[in-house]
Amino acid sequence: MNEHLEELYKDTPYSLKKTEKQALYQRVLSELTLHHYSHCREYKRILDAMGYDPKKAAPLEAQPMLPVRLFKEYDLLSIPREEVAKTMTSSGTSGQKVSRVFLDKANTRAQTKVLTEIISSFIGKKRLPLLILDTRLALKDRSMFSARGAGIVGFSTFGREIMYALDENMQLDISGIRQFLAKHRDEPILLFGYTYMIWQYVVCALREAGTAMKIENGSLFHIGGWKKLKDQMVDAPTYNQVIREVLGNVSVHNYYGMAEQLGSVFVECEYGHMHCSNFSDILIRRPGDFSCAAPNERGLIELVSLLPTSYPGHILLTEDEGEIIGEDDCPCGRNGKYFKIHGRIKGAEIRGCSDTYERR
Amino acid sequence: MTNLEKYNQAFITALGVEEDMLATLEYQSVPQWDSVGHMQLIATLEDAFDIMFDTDDIIDFSSYEKGKEFMKKYEVDL
Repeated sequence: MNEHLEELYKDTPYSLKKTEKQALYQRVLSELTLHHYSHCREYKRILDAMGYDPKKAAPLEAQPMLPVRLFKEYDLLSIPREEVAKTMTSSGTSGQKVSRVFLDKANTRAQTKVLTEIISSFIGKKRLPLLILDTRLALKDRSMFSARGAGIVGFSTFGREIMYALDENMQLDISGIRQFLAKHRDEPILLFGYTYMIWQYVVCALREAGTAMKIENGSLFHIGGWKKLKDQMVDAPTYNQVIREVLGNVSVHNYYGMAEQLGSVFVECEYGHMHCSNFSDILIRRPGDFSCAAPNERGLIELVSLLPTSYPGHILLTEDEGEIIGEDDCPCGRNGKYFKIHGRIKGAEIRGCSDTYERR
Repeated sequence: MTNLEKYNQAFITALGVEEDMLATLEYQSVPQWDSVGHMQLIATLEDAFDIMFDTDDIIDFSSYEKGKEFMKKYEVDL
């Protein structure tokens, strides 16, 4: 049931305009809802309890959404257990339950494929020298593989001659980085890391050392929560500006996604907007009655993805707050909705954001 | 060493598997060939043959046999 994905892979990942996308999403999501209704007992019971009839096609806004928290409480699968090829877990701050979602081979491939399509649309298909703004330790002990390590490995596909910027004691290897940059002086380089750790262990360390890197042409992708940065009054424009001050000519791309929803990868463009790709969409819900919010009105983020067939995660209500800024008309030229994220809603449980390194 | 021997040795070194397991070896069919093992395997093959895979090919490099097809694409005759 993934034929529509094969079609989408032939195109660039930000090509669909509003009308086309709406038609595709109404059709495919109705199919997905019916598929999960027929294959996941718990999902069927939820829809039955809601009085939802999955046999009728419905527009996106009327499709049933599951709260993301449900994946912490229950193992929800739409495939037989023996077909599970990969179990993904959310990062999870210590002491809290983590979400578990179950992927078969087709879903595992689709996940990697979509991430590749999206990231390559920013940096090209050629693999670039990669500077990981983290420590090699994040990969140690594969049985206890953290979301942080998984993120690093996932991103490593886009790089070559990988260098880790932090040593095992989280100290920035300034001379090592200088050598790396000197070696790759004439080519674009790629950087990857977790939002807060970059600030704490790279930006602050360089400032303390009173020095800066002079990257000539770099692209930084970073992921993770903003909570600790907000506490320090650092917002996204400030973050991007300071990164450029200490690292050089680097385009900064925050990206947003969650383990619970395959295919939901939203990347910040040159104008600071988060973008939906052809593979996913976003709706904003008013917290009072869950009706759809108007553009530029804050509300709860609902995430929609065409990918999940092995578990019922195609339409999820998150605990993050955001607002839609526009659709199909960002000056960067990408089609689809673009939006801003304001962070976790008050009263939501505290979630980890992969950057759960504890200072001793 | 022939190219085929080098190809086999890359799997043995990067994934810590035995030679007689190679023919049926697939991504995620053994614990060592997980996502971390995969990147080690790719890096080992790239070093051994002095080639650079495209991102798409890294993703589609899903078994020992399938990998042989990709080696052709990079002008390595096994």
